[in-house]
Amino acid sequence: MAGNSRSLPTPRLSLRQQDARIAWLLLVPSLVVILGVTLWPIISTFFLSFFIAPTGLNQVRTFVGLGNYLEMLQSRIFWETIGRTLYFTVVSVGLELILGLAIAQLIHSHPWGWQFLRFCLIIPWAVPTIVNGAMWRWIYSADFGALNGLLMQLGLIKHYVPWLTLPYMAMNLVILADVWHMMPFVALILQAALATLPEELDEAAAVDGANAFQRFWQIRLPLLRPAILVALIARTVDAFRVFDIVYIITSSGPANKTLTITYLTYLNSFPWGKQGTGAALSFLISIFTIIMAFTYIRFLYRPEET
Amino acid sequence: MHYRKFLRRLFLFLLTLPVLFFIFFPILWLFSASLSNQIELYAVPPHWIPQHPTLQNYLDIIFPNLAASSVPRTFAVSLLNSFKIASAVTLICIVIGSLAAYALVRIPFKYNHSIQVAILGTRMIPEVSLIIPLFIIASSLQLINKPIVLIISYMSFALPYAIWMMAAFFQTVPIELEEAARLDGCTRLGILLRVVMPISLPGLTSTAMFVFLVAWDEFFYALIFTSTLAAKTVPVAIAEFVGRYTVNINGMMAGGILAALPPVLLGLIFQRYIVSGMTAGAVKG
Repeated sequence: MAGNSRSLPTPRLSLRQQDARIAWLLLVPSLVVILGVTLWPIISTFFLSFFIAPTGLNQVRTFVGLGNYLEMLQSRIFWETIGRTLYFTVVSVGLELILGLAIAQLIHSHPWGWQFLRFCLIIPWAVPTIVNGAMWRWIYSADFGALNGLLMQLGLIKHYVPWLTLPYMAMNLVILADVWHMMPFVALILQAALATLPEELDEAAAVDGANAFQRFWQIRLPLLRPAILVALIARTVDAFRVFDIVYIITSSGPANKTLTITYLTYLNSFPWGKQGTGAALSFLISIFTIIMAFTYIRFLYRPEET
Repeated sequence: MHYRKFLRRLFLFLLTLPVLFFIFFPILWLFSASLSNQIELYAVPPHWIPQHPTLQNYLDIIFPNLAASSVPRTFAVSLLNSFKIASAVTLICIVIGSLAAYALVRIPFKYNHSIQVAILGTRMIPEVSLIIPLFIIASSLQLINKPIVLIISYMSFALPYAIWMMAAFFQTVPIELEEAARLDGCTRLGILLRVVMPISLPGLTSTAMFVFLVAWDEFFYALIFTSTLAAKTVPVAIAEFVGRYTVNINGMMAGGILAALPPVLLGLIFQRYIVSGMTAGAVKG
């Protein structure tokens, strides 16, 4: 055997080196995929954002430096769209958090049928986003929608209203559809977190004379902070890049009143054929998202509590 | 005292009623509309419960050859496409993701933490930032409308998510068990396959559920990467019902119910796993 003919024994890898080798081996398939479908495209997008790049193969690209970014940052449509997207994000995530917290607390108080309520809560979340959007679009329908029918039978309106064409209603109606879909996600996370809190704390506070309200605000809420942070980050990141539900309910109308930043990026990148602008916009979205995530962690995450 | 307790419970119970109404009203209306014919759907005031319920909308989709219009006929194809793509994505994520997750949490080497953070970081990148280069390469390789392009592009959000979730679950496996197996001469891969994976079966189940649901739900890539009827996934098919074929609204309602059924059933049956996955998937490192 060739290996044994050496005068010194083959230097064996230390356990640590062996471990590192195995670790890389196990990681390689995933890392290759991640590099291929996220890292390479994002770098590519970054380069593209400095060019005027018409959609389509073999199109001539013109280098414009920061031109695409400046064009966007100086345009009214961009800032209006950012404002609208922030409105969507703040209102829908805010409502989802408040309702989610209230419902989690309601389930935690174990009223009759609380198991049934918890069981059903997953249904809206599990309905696919596009089905949810299509469903609400027809609920809001001007001709036969359930919303019109319900309000009419309750005597609140006299004629059917074309809800989605009202400029100041459209975005709020999209928000309502999103709240129906995602509020259960927040409620289920917070309910699971509430169930793990030690009962003794609550009982001790009750013995000390704290009422239910105080026990919620001063004991449970601070302990829930990590779970709230998790739900907030996940929801904000997703809400800020909302696309599907807008696409199906309003297609950004009426008169751009529901045009969100991802929608604007989509329009630039594909239907309008301005991929350079689309790339610049998508990069701005990434930056906004990362800033928001860090802000939350800064304000809400206190290491000593976890 | 007894009386006050009763009142409290009654009050709390009454609070659950509007919540249940909010949850069920839209979905029951969708269901009722899917059982209505065209005329009843347009009735004013609405027929909340169809007076002449019909399964025609479902039959058109399930037995596509008999359908009068092309929309329900292609919907069955879309269901199959979605099912194939979501299953493939789930399988790949579990197989390669579990290896990576195990390496990250249980094999100490120099870059555990930085790789883990980098993987979490990819979740912050929106799909729209990746799609242009993916689209360019897919069209130059003539992969548009092929399922493989969706399977590969879905990896961009599914794989980091799967790794992150499985890492959280593997972390809860007692390290003593692994050490014992090592002393018995088990290799790293042997430990992963014979000790860690079986113990984390609930975690793997919830990861698989999650990835499947997210892939089933995906719309944006599918919208850009598919244009032929044969290639569409369910969400794109439903969006088409709304856009071009507004005539067949109750057909779309039936399609919506069929598209929602698999995830809703999975959600109800595996609720416990999914809720633990929600928390694990989102938890910081």
